[in-house]
Amino acid sequence: MQQELNTGALDWPKEIYDILASYNVVQVPYVPDGGHAELIKRIHGDPKMRPVSLTTEEEGIALAAGAWLGGQRSALLMQSSGVGNCVNMMSLIKACRFPLLTLVTMRGEWGEFNPWQVPMGSKTQQAFEMMDIHVLRAETAEMVGDTVRAAARMAFEGGTAVAVLLSQRLIGAKVFVK
Amino acid sequence: MTTSTPLDRRAVVARLLQDRKNLVAISSLGSATYDLAAAGDHPRNFYLWGAMGGAADIGLGLAIAQPNLPVLVLMGDGEALMGMGAFATIAQQMPKNLSIVILDNGLYGETGAQASHTANATDLAAVAAACGIPETEVIEDEASLAQIAQRINATGEGPAVFVIRIDGAEQPRCLPSRDGVMLKARLRQELGFESM
Repeated sequence: MQQELNTGALDWPKEIYDILASYNVVQVPYVPDGGHAELIKRIHGDPKMRPVSLTTEEEGIALAAGAWLGGQRSALLMQSSGVGNCVNMMSLIKACRFPLLTLVTMRGEWGEFNPWQVPMGSKTQQAFEMMDIHVLRAETAEMVGDTVRAAARMAFEGGTAVAVLLSQRLIGAKVFVK
Repeated sequence: MTTSTPLDRRAVVARLLQDRKNLVAISSLGSATYDLAAAGDHPRNFYLWGAMGGAADIGLGLAIAQPNLPVLVLMGDGEALMGMGAFATIAQQMPKNLSIVILDNGLYGETGAQASHTANATDLAAVAAACGIPETEVIEDEASLAQIAQRINATGEGPAVFVIRIDGAEQPRCLPSRDGVMLKARLRQELGFESM
């Protein structure tokens, strides 16, 4: 099994990391995904950030709320399949009007080999919107920086709950090798 | 295990909080929220009315953000069962200022007293210990409560999980505010942050 990361000339995971750092994001809860691997590595290498490995994505929604209560900014990293796990926990965000920034790497939408990824991947945006989380989407490496910056601004300066979907076309479809 | 009479949940919570100073208390939905309210409303109380399974992780996020502030998460056995993964996540982070008190009566009191998994099989203190929580204890007698009260109001060596056996009696409901926006703003302002 291997994964091709189409970062191209633009190192967009580094760009995301720089934006999170510039917004003083401290807690970074995550369920690992290949598309987030480089970003997770950078976060583990930064003593000013606090990576929090989760057992399931909904933990990250609750953690983000607790961090905000304590005056700290967070960014939740997950894969599209994890979004479905979060749906009821997102009531916490809505009922208490917590800000949220989550960055989601997409599976099941572009050249997907594994059909089990498609049901959730094709409904990820709707799952967020069902719970009134605002969705922004980055299709290309060039779009990532502006999109994440816009989302961080909405979350941390506007108090909005925002998800950024990083498209599978951007990340590259996982290649399964026998 | 002793055969002492199980404790009264309201008396337990009142005892744990009677000498609170800067403690922040988060309660899981249902009886734990009513118990926390019955012990006296406080701007450092954050009552959950939903988000089942998330109480411990809210406590973790807060404990990481405010490492010198003692944080208590008060929950029932049903809440703990729904969010068992949190024990493993907390054990990765090892906050010294986070205590979890599980009021364990082995039943889902809010929904008609159906038996929970702790009634005949699951030992939540053992689950927490197996996940890596360094300090776990099962409390079945009133005499131990003074020491637990002291512990939750202080910072320890690491996170702690206390399972307190309570009786299954249904208590009169004590309903705190359900306004999540107000509860969030109140706690944030209390800690010195802007309301949003």
